[in-house]
Amino acid sequence: MATAISNRLEVLKTYKIYIGGQFPRTESGRFYSPVSPSGKKLANVCLCSRKDFRDAVVSARGAFGGWSGRAAFNRSQILYRMAEMLEGRKAQFMEELVLQGSSKSNAEKEVNLATDRLIYYAGWCDKFQQLFSAVNPVASSHFNFSVPEPTGVVSIIAPQGDSLLGLVSVIAPVIAGGNTCIVLASETKPLCSVTFAEVLHSSDLPSGVVNILTGMPSELIPHFVDHMDVNAMIYCEKVPAVQKTIREKSANNLKRIHFYDNINWNTDAGQSPYFIQDCQEIKTTWHPVENIAGAGGGY
Amino acid sequence: MATKKKSNTLKLKFDTAWPYAPAPESRSAAQIKDRYELFINGEWQAPLSKKYFGTINPATEEKLSEVAMANAADVDKAVKAARNAYEKTWRKISAKERAKYIFRIARIIQEKARELAIIETLDGGKPIRESRDFDVPTAANHFFYYAGWADKLEYAFLNKKAEPLGVAGQIIPWNFPLLMAAWKIAPALATGNTVVLKPAETTPLTALKLAEIIQEADLPPGVVNILTGAGETGAAIVNHPDINKIAFTGSTDVGKIIQRAVAGTNKRVTLELGGKAANIIFEDAPLDQAVEGVINGIFFNQGHVCCAGSRLYVQESVAKQVIRKLKDRMESLIVGDPLDKNTDIGAINSKQQLATINKYLQIGRSEGAEMYESACKLPNKGFWCRPTIFTNVAQSNRIAQEEIFGPVLSILTFRTDDEVIEKANNSPYGLSAGVWTDKGSKIFNMTKRMRAGVIWANTFNKFDPTSPFGGYKESGFGREGGLHGLLPYVELKNI
Repeated sequence: MATAISNRLEVLKTYKIYIGGQFPRTESGRFYSPVSPSGKKLANVCLCSRKDFRDAVVSARGAFGGWSGRAAFNRSQILYRMAEMLEGRKAQFMEELVLQGSSKSNAEKEVNLATDRLIYYAGWCDKFQQLFSAVNPVASSHFNFSVPEPTGVVSIIAPQGDSLLGLVSVIAPVIAGGNTCIVLASETKPLCSVTFAEVLHSSDLPSGVVNILTGMPSELIPHFVDHMDVNAMIYCEKVPAVQKTIREKSANNLKRIHFYDNINWNTDAGQSPYFIQDCQEIKTTWHPVENIAGAGGGY
Repeated sequence: MATKKKSNTLKLKFDTAWPYAPAPESRSAAQIKDRYELFINGEWQAPLSKKYFGTINPATEEKLSEVAMANAADVDKAVKAARNAYEKTWRKISAKERAKYIFRIARIIQEKARELAIIETLDGGKPIRESRDFDVPTAANHFFYYAGWADKLEYAFLNKKAEPLGVAGQIIPWNFPLLMAAWKIAPALATGNTVVLKPAETTPLTALKLAEIIQEADLPPGVVNILTGAGETGAAIVNHPDINKIAFTGSTDVGKIIQRAVAGTNKRVTLELGGKAANIIFEDAPLDQAVEGVINGIFFNQGHVCCAGSRLYVQESVAKQVIRKLKDRMESLIVGDPLDKNTDIGAINSKQQLATINKYLQIGRSEGAEMYESACKLPNKGFWCRPTIFTNVAQSNRIAQEEIFGPVLSILTFRTDDEVIEKANNSPYGLSAGVWTDKGSKIFNMTKRMRAGVIWANTFNKFDPTSPFGGYKESGFGREGGLHGLLPYVELKNI
């Protein structure tokens, strides 16, 4: 018996990407093999192409109307559900983090933090609007109010260092605010991101709201910022030359650009409703108030 | 040029029974110097460029004054003055005192309102009624509103500390010269920044008058610097390495150039750019009010308004009626001397802009749309354009897609809510929009689904210092006005 078990061949996981609620391989047929700090090959991971990104934008745009139109309360429940699913797969994520070079205790800490971060943003889904909106006391006879609305489709280059926590920290505020997104996972530590897609997939998150790609930032960043149907972009590394390129290219359709290059995702500084606000537009609405014959304020 | 109408409906006549007598505002209430220098470090300084250029009255083409042409060296001098004022005085004085300076500016603008209105009209061509009743009072109110914020910023950003950015470079357009200066300067000062501002080439005078007011208000030297000049001056501001923030209002093309120019720097940017607002009339709308709103939406300030309602969508069932009413109302608009208090539509701001508008009139006709202009007489001198509408416009026509920035309305029709939402949002712009209907739930359906920063329901072209203004998509980013107008001028630090 004992020999039979030890002889059992381990089933290796195929790490695929996540587009439009499905798990395709890259259309390019290419792969790369990231290795752990000790030199062990982690997996054959999809080396995504521009075409994969464009497909992802199509699904993100398609999902935007539905997702942004949902009740904020419903978005809140779905983010909470994501946290539940993540918690349930804790062991799997820890194992992948350890493979990617974390210590066991750090891995556990990271999964816990990521789960808690989802719950944090689940709570914000139906509250940040009240924080960032206003009723404006205009001088004329009008009712006037300003509310935040999601910017649209957001392309994200996830933090390279924190494989799971970084990914969750940049996705959660974007989708909590009603946007949809395309995320490029950490190049050297992509395992958790693909597994996180499975969490999303089982959390009632509508397909296309989050799309996750793996590959080379150096290859994909120009496309992430060039695409005319992307409204905002998030980049998390302090690489001046890349930041310069991103800002230059963003002018094509005036993407909103956010560089989160100085944030420690492991602390409370890594979460805030102001991250939600970054991918919101303020809409101001006016309507006349009838004022017949100069009627005053009496009852 | 007005086309003869074949319909049997009675044509209203406006030009016979009760003509308006001329009611010109007096020019003598305004003092304009023959020449203006640059306002740097609280003083009038001759430009290092040694160059000056003329500014004219677009209604008569007469030269009003000449102003200095700031070059890169002048910009550098102004930025140094602004940096020095930021480090040594403005960031150090108490917020309460900062507020009082800004209140002072607001008050002096009010005191000099008449003179400012006359100069605004002379230099820009807009009707005195608009300068007097809108531009100048709204500019004063804007300073008054933001003055009060200066010592209350800790209430504006929960759980964060708002800190000033430093020196703000601000570049403003020619359509609302004084008001745009107020929109830029007031929030920058309230949040503790110092300013280098460049007014537009064709309308520098009220900004220079504002410099006199700032001097009179005893604002510490260098806190506000005002440099006249052209595109080159603006470029020198955008590219100056010691500027922390660029705020620009103008065309989308220039906005994109600025966004590219600041790449690789830490400069923060806000852009308030072009628009092609959809103004939507449903069949259940109060049509007379809607027509007034459409007229105001497109002909206010000769249509030189980035949020002008330049694409009219009328529900098919009432299209004929609305177009009839619009044409009638257009005939009653008084076009002419901007200084006349009865004038509705003044002069086009510049020869260059008139050429742009005429180019689009040509494009509209050649694309097959039907053009109708009011039959008004135009003065012999100056730059003028009759109120104009195009009917039979297709969504893909350039006059339905591109910003004309003149008194030219493109009219399209629709049948269903979904159709008009699709058409209204089918634009790279997203600055403003309007909807006219008597049904509340329909209003909110529309206002929610239209992708634009400012939406007017059963009204149009309303502005207020407390009301945030700014665009979605290629209409730019950042808001001006209201609580939200503070954010572009502060850095939020963790407490």
